[in-house]
Amino acid sequence: MAADPKKLILVAILAATVGGLTVSGAPVPTPTSAARQAPAIDTAPVTRIISLVPALTEMLFEIGAGPQVVAVSSYDEFPPAVDALPRVGALLDPDVERILAMRPDLVITYGSQSALEIQLARVGIRTFGYRHSGVAGVLQALRDLGVATGHAAEGEQKAREIQAQLDAVRTKVQPFARPRTLLVFSRLPQSLQQMYVSGGIGFLADLIDIAGGANVFAAVSRESVQPSHELLLARAPEAIVEIHATGMMATEGVLRERSVWTPLASIPAVRSGRIHFLDGSYLVVPGPRVGQAAEALARALHPEAFE
Amino acid sequence: MTVGESAMHRVSMGVRPIRTRLAVTLVAYGALALVTCLLAPLVGSTTISLSRAFDRSIPFANNVDAQIFFVARLPRVMAGALVGAAFASAGVVLQALLRNPLATPFTLGVSAGAALGAILSITFGAALTLGPLLPVPLASFAGAFCSAAIVYAIATRPGRPISTSVLLLAGVTLNSFFSALILFVQYMGEFAETYRGLRWLMGDLDVGGFGPILSALPLIVIAFVIFALLSSSLNVLSVGTDTAASRGVNVARTQRLAFVSAALATGAAVSLAGPIGFVGIVVPHLVRLMTGVDHRIVLPAAALFGAAFLVACDLVARTVLTPVEIPVGVVTAMLGGPFFLWLLIRKS
Repeated sequence: MAADPKKLILVAILAATVGGLTVSGAPVPTPTSAARQAPAIDTAPVTRIISLVPALTEMLFEIGAGPQVVAVSSYDEFPPAVDALPRVGALLDPDVERILAMRPDLVITYGSQSALEIQLARVGIRTFGYRHSGVAGVLQALRDLGVATGHAAEGEQKAREIQAQLDAVRTKVQPFARPRTLLVFSRLPQSLQQMYVSGGIGFLADLIDIAGGANVFAAVSRESVQPSHELLLARAPEAIVEIHATGMMATEGVLRERSVWTPLASIPAVRSGRIHFLDGSYLVVPGPRVGQAAEALARALHPEAFE
Repeated sequence: MTVGESAMHRVSMGVRPIRTRLAVTLVAYGALALVTCLLAPLVGSTTISLSRAFDRSIPFANNVDAQIFFVARLPRVMAGALVGAAFASAGVVLQALLRNPLATPFTLGVSAGAALGAILSITFGAALTLGPLLPVPLASFAGAFCSAAIVYAIATRPGRPISTSVLLLAGVTLNSFFSALILFVQYMGEFAETYRGLRWLMGDLDVGGFGPILSALPLIVIAFVIFALLSSSLNVLSVGTDTAASRGVNVARTQRLAFVSAALATGAAVSLAGPIGFVGIVVPHLVRLMTGVDHRIVLPAAALFGAAFLVACDLVARTVLTPVEIPVGVVTAMLGGPFFLWLLIRKS
């Protein structure tokens, strides 16, 4: 019996598709990837900086490089001085034409924006790539940014100040027992579905540790976890902290969101009412205000330490 | 030959009367669904002690095992059974209505409308509630309703049978249009909302309580009742509208009821758990392989098998990679995709 030609064609198409996907998935060597392996920070003077990363914009203003910033990303909110600056897009949609038109000599990008970095390198514009990591990464970025923008001394100084702030928080909560802590940074309103909580790594996990909490997901080596109701009940946190980036929730909003936890009454935090709502962009931006964030978190977890 | 004589003839030829076959089917598939629904809450990512869970002496608020069983797992299994039954039976009805074995509950744009409603609610943070109904499911159902209404208005002419090609085209067009709107809304949204919208599209049965299930239940029950009334008409309709008309079936009314009931079941199920794909196409085909094509048997069998199927998929989704859970829509797609391909190759 001759093989059915339709079946052969179908199998051939499948093979070609799978083959094509495999090939296209292979990493394309980029000119800058080698350079990023051992970053040698260029210290030539810069006068026009564009920042696509809100955390680094904050750092620039902290170390005195604010006057050199000519444009920021669509998501920048802090400090207030950025309100007057033009916007050039962000992680997914950087407006390359606008960036080029502003004639910057340094563009601060996300480490994953390799296509943008290649384009800018072709035109001879320096880039400073940033990949977010824990609190230590924040301090290191502050120092590196200081060196790159000609404010090395201020960068070093700021990093030391923030480290001192963090150390002060750590010492204050040191004598107290660490509650099992759940840090929620996103969920659907009036529901416990689609909840995103801090995993065992990343700057939120570091903040929990500094503020004297014991992260219930410390063993999960991911930055975020999406727990089901069952997992929440099983992990039974003693303190729940919900952080929101945007403005103060009205009281009835907080009460309503707090009541969403009531069905899970066997969770110690729910029984004892230790559910805290914190808001402000300083809590979710891994920038120079981490000291503030650590203190706010510590006040929620250990109010007795701040009396 | 009279009806009685033909029945006797069929019995003597070895074909059992419909009542017997229906009873056997209901018992067999019912047992499958029941066993699955009873066993599923016993298994999960955490080990619990059943005796503790059912121990009445411990106050419920202190009993972790009971809370895991009754608050986390049981509603999840119930939601899975309800949604699985709804998608599977809606799939059967739409395949009969469109006379196309590739039709799914999502073919006629209802789920795209539901998705748009949900994503608008997630992205723009509408906090409107209606009593116990939550914002996202409410917006999702509103979207499903609008989409179904538009398709119905385009495809129907008063008193005349629906042209299935117009119906199909209207559904496909609405699917594309709403998908484009969804992409636009997601693009305009903040990062977190875009990701949450994407996550909603993968389906989530973890409802955490009986409230959302009770909101969707009346609508799905109404749809099931209409399905039961339509089942014998669907047998004739799936052969062809002219044949159906010549057999005395009110084609226009059957088609309208079929569309409305399938849209109702799909809309309610999608609002409860998101658009979980492949249940509505895999289950009808599997069931027809086992029971034949009589809709009076296939519809209840598909509903019961769909319930068992989705509960089983959700069990896999929540236990395979703990503590990370795979969205249930991904599990059904991974099972359904290869099955679909096999079906196509087999038919060709």
